[in-house]
Amino acid sequence: MPTKTYRGREFEVDAEGFFTVPSQWSEDIAAEIAREEGIGELTDRHWQVIKFMRHEYDEKGAGPTVRVLGKTSGVPIKELYQLFPRGPAKIAAKIAGIPKPRGCI
Amino acid sequence: MGRRVLVLGGGTGGTLVANRLHRSLPRDEAEITVVDADDRHLYQPGLLFVPFGLSRPSALVRSRRAQLHPGIDFRQSAVDRVDLEAEQVVLQDGTAHSYDVLVVATGARLVPEETEGLTGPGWGSSVHTFYSLPGAAALSAALPTFEGGRLVVNMVDMPVKCPVAPLEFCFLADWYFHERGIRDRVEISYVTSLDGAFTKATCNRELSGLLAEKGVEVVTEFNTGQVDGEAGKLISYDGRQVGFDLAVMVPLHGGAPYVSRSPGLGDELGFVPTDEATLQAKAAPNVFVIGDATDLRVSKAGSVAHFQGEVLVRNIRRFLAGDALDASFDGHTNCFIESGFGKALLIDYNDDVEPVPGHFPGRFGLPLLRESRLNHLGKLAFQSLYWHALLPGRDIPGLTSAMPLAGKRLDAATSA
Ligand SMILES: Cc1cc2nc3c(=O)[nH]c(=O)nc-3n(C[C@H](O)[C@H](O)[C@H](O)COP(=O)(O)OP(=O)(O)OC[C@H]3O[C@@H](n4cnc5c(N)ncnc54)[C@H](O)[C@@H]3O)c2cc1C
Repeated sequence: MPTKTYRGREFEVDAEGFFTVPSQWSEDIAAEIAREEGIGELTDRHWQVIKFMRHEYDEKGAGPTVRVLGKTSGVPIKELYQLFPRGPAKIAAKIAGIPKPRGCI
Repeated sequence: MGRRVLVLGGGTGGTLVANRLHRSLPRDEAEITVVDADDRHLYQPGLLFVPFGLSRPSALVRSRRAQLHPGIDFRQSAVDRVDLEAEQVVLQDGTAHSYDVLVVATGARLVPEETEGLTGPGWGSSVHTFYSLPGAAALSAALPTFEGGRLVVNMVDMPVKCPVAPLEFCFLADWYFHERGIRDRVEISYVTSLDGAFTKATCNRELSGLLAEKGVEVVTEFNTGQVDGEAGKLISYDGRQVGFDLAVMVPLHGGAPYVSRSPGLGDELGFVPTDEATLQAKAAPNVFVIGDATDLRVSKAGSVAHFQGEVLVRNIRRFLAGDALDASFDGHTNCFIESGFGKALLIDYNDDVEPVPGHFPGRFGLPLLRESRLNHLGKLAFQSLYWHALLPGRDIPGLTSAMPLAGKRLDAATSA
């Protein structure tokens, strides 16, 4: 199992860097993960999405899709893409320390 | 007096559950009523063949009522809302119906208007869908006049019914334009929100190989934000563009609108949160869900509804008898993938076992994950099986709820 180090602590992640043990995550490492994903500064809007991701994961055991985020996070899809240009559902999940959202088939 | 079982939706799942229940419960023990908005049961897998002139729309539709065993009540009206507290359903014809057990089988519906521009300029001329009967019929009129250019098939976002259908459309389009002698003048692209043609690894490899062989370009992780029919392009939320002369869209899906009007019943997309193993709704113990209406990750397919039916009926009987539920639905899915030129592949999998090569349902059956003429015949035979075995709720030899392992080459799986 690969690991990553943020703020001097070690975390278990999958091959793409998604947390596999969400309980290891804490808010103080979010900014460092975000920088790796090309996001310079986390604004209040970013945080609204990150907290929503955590909440959804706690409730349902999986991160939401972009479409569900757009309907329920209070941030419309277009803005979600401005906040997380490389893909809101994936990148916000990574920063929020939850597993990669699975496409369902 | 008998207990009242109310089934909302008389499509694949609702019909087969009502028929199975009717057969397995003694007559005086239950009154079964099926509610549907119309009396036209559509064989949806046949929609794939309509655009290519291989199926006539009228051959795909039969009376819903006629598919129900005598003794089952059919009520034609749209559902207005479910009141879980009062254990009552209100229909749009103004009547209210109380229930002891409710089965939600109202499927998934298309919501093309949720994508900007999709139903705007070009809709019905350069922008089409084969996911509805009128859509498939319109496309069957448009394809013969297409003389060349770029055909784009776009799956906007999961969940959709039968996620392999857009790939089958690409394969058949490749065959169709070959037959017309203009394949070299047509570019075919498959544009998907997923990160591959299919999400399960071994199957994705096989299908991607087949797409490449047939000259179908695949564009992945494309989240369509807008369809511009006038300019002929799809625009993704992250600003990428794919041009088209003809777009065949698989629009976003949602649950039936009444689900969202019924407090506590559905999720944000109108699907019903369901226990994946018992098929009991999370909202109430006397509500069960089957088929496309669930929020489950299993494919939205008729075969899945068939496999679920067995478990669901057992659990309704157990619930009525006050026994513990059977948590045995394993996510079993089975589908033929039409690949053109009279061939098809077959995949059979569940939550734990991804599609692998081998044979189905045992060592001497149909070849799995490989193109063959036999599978194509299987796909065609499914239509008659649907009306005569699946809907009446018969057990079909080889097509049982628990996924068979015999014949499968599990060593060929690539991922967990
Ligand atoms: C193009 C295409 C190809 C497909 N190919 C295949 C295939 O090859 N193999 C396969 O297994 N599956 C295939 N499927 C999927 C399959 O058809 C569905 O998964 C299956 O029909 C689901 O059954 P269901 O009972 O959940 O929903 P449905 O059969 O869709 O039934 C839902 C019913 O609910 C009714 N309803 C909805 N809202 C209301 C309301 N408010 N009030 C009253 N009634 C209402 C509808 O009228 C409908 O009759 C395909 C689907 C499509 C679109």
